[in-house]
Amino acid sequence: MATSQPQTMSLEPAFSAATAQRGLWGQAWQRLLRNRLAVGAGLVLGIIIVVAILTSFTNVVARYDPATVNYQEVNAGPSASHFFGTDNLGRDTWSRSWQGMRISLKIGFGTQIVVLAIGILVGAGAALGGRFTDGLLMRFTDLTYAFPDLLAIILLRAILTGRDWPLIGTGDPQIPGLSGIVIQMILAIALVSWVTIARLVRGQMLSLKGADYVLAARSMGASTPRIVFTHMLPNTLGPVIVAVTFGIPLAIFAEAVLGFIGFSLQPPAASLGTLINDGYAYYRVNQWMLLVPTVGIAILMLCFTFLGDGLRDALDPRTRR
Amino acid sequence: MAAYIFRRLIVLIPLLWAVATITFFLMHAVPGGPFVGEKSMPPVLIQHMEAKYGLDKNLGQQYVTFLDNLLHGDLGISYATQQPVTQVIRHGFPATIQLGITAFIFAIVVGLVLGVLSAVNQNGVFDYISVFIATIGAAIPSFVLALLLVLLLSLHFHWFDVIGWKFGNYKSMTLPVVALGLLPAAYIARITRASMLDVLRQDYIRTARAKGLRPLQIVNRHAMRNALVPVLTVAGPIFAGLITGSFIIEYTFAIPGIGTAFVDAVNLRDYGMIMGTVLLYAFAIAICNMLVDVSYGIVDPRIRY
Repeated sequence: MATSQPQTMSLEPAFSAATAQRGLWGQAWQRLLRNRLAVGAGLVLGIIIVVAILTSFTNVVARYDPATVNYQEVNAGPSASHFFGTDNLGRDTWSRSWQGMRISLKIGFGTQIVVLAIGILVGAGAALGGRFTDGLLMRFTDLTYAFPDLLAIILLRAILTGRDWPLIGTGDPQIPGLSGIVIQMILAIALVSWVTIARLVRGQMLSLKGADYVLAARSMGASTPRIVFTHMLPNTLGPVIVAVTFGIPLAIFAEAVLGFIGFSLQPPAASLGTLINDGYAYYRVNQWMLLVPTVGIAILMLCFTFLGDGLRDALDPRTRR
Repeated sequence: MAAYIFRRLIVLIPLLWAVATITFFLMHAVPGGPFVGEKSMPPVLIQHMEAKYGLDKNLGQQYVTFLDNLLHGDLGISYATQQPVTQVIRHGFPATIQLGITAFIFAIVVGLVLGVLSAVNQNGVFDYISVFIATIGAAIPSFVLALLLVLLLSLHFHWFDVIGWKFGNYKSMTLPVVALGLLPAAYIARITRASMLDVLRQDYIRTARAKGLRPLQIVNRHAMRNALVPVLTVAGPIFAGLITGSFIIEYTFAIPGIGTAFVDAVNLRDYGMIMGTVLLYAFAIAICNMLVDVSYGIVDPRIRY
């Protein structure tokens, strides 16, 4: 109750000076901070992301190059020099796991950026563009729900791969730190998973279209783009942020599945999925190779799930207590 | 209800056509062809092979031929095995559908039992167990869970088989079913718990309690049926997810189902097999969505078609 009070009281000028004004986002932020599990998950994720970014610039954390082979120390156990031991080729498992974490995170976030771009565009287009575009999108949505999604990702990945296109293929130029094959994975997963966001944005926009404040803005002479971008879009963002938070682990999971069946990155590059695949091949001699990426992916999944739950509780006005 | 089922089946036709069309053009967009492999063949031979399977015609003509054959129930020949695709699929389908259905039953039974127990025993032992399983299920992908189970229970304790699938043999069935069904079981448990808690607070439950019914009777006879509606809503997507998700479990346990066939088919550009497996999956998903919609009416008589 305490959080909703300042807003109601602020209508009266006498109180507004005494109590701090908090907007929608400020209130959501306060609610999120009160959820210990979500805050903890967010902190762990923050640390992982910062360290993962650091590992691509310095060697302080990873200490070894993830691709350097050392036949003197093959399948070594954990020690002070190799925290999680070494793999079948003598590469440092700690360092390789950070590389895998980094690439999996790139794929998770990258996918959601593409998904957001397509989803918001199509969703808003369907809601505002009239009957025909709306019908078209809804038929397409039915179709994508009927299409087995993992199979579609595998097909799309097979289509995109093996081409000498610039940026997303093997050709020049390449984006540093985001190799063509990573972009192919991002596109393959994103092209299958944008529908949820599109439907979400469409639903929100449709309900907002008739809202009083939109009508008020219109009667004051605001142009359509202004209404859409400054009034409607911010109000659709809450559920979209939640969906994106849940979408990241799903994308990481999809990539891991593909990596596991050998449809993802080629060695020596590694994602958590390909690391698990490697680990499975050598589980009899070296359990650490399987255990470390598994725990890594479990931590990512749990953190994003807890954070997503927390964000949903914080951003959904209906759950406001 | 018969009319409703009939209508739904009619809608299936354009849906499957659209899926087939998209698949057709997607798979032909995959670079390389079925005869461009590691072993390079003489160009003349490739020409002959492509002519034999009609791959030398342009894509439009191939599409027309494909649709014509599809209408006659002919999906063509699998290039890899030289058998008709329908036959290969008939060979692999039983394992896939057995795995899918067993995992579905496992998920429903475990999910409902855990959900009801944790609702009745709120904040008790069962509540924590189901939260624990739900967390594990949400955090660990099915194939990783499968690997961990194999490592621990098969290779260490030798309780179960490492790979394979024999229907009716618990040694080979347990691990694939648990690995596939645990996440949906956890999901169902959470939904059952929420809806059961909701139903148990209703007035008519208080009435039933007031007239002295035993808790078991209240749950079974009065609460269960109403608590089932939200569970049914997710049952369709869950079954669809199990059927498509089964391919990674098939791969992990080397089960010769159609999921394994699909992965091989994409690698070999085996067009007929790709098409056959995708269509089968789409068909299975559509059918079980329909069954779920029909079962609403059975659980909740207020719903009419």
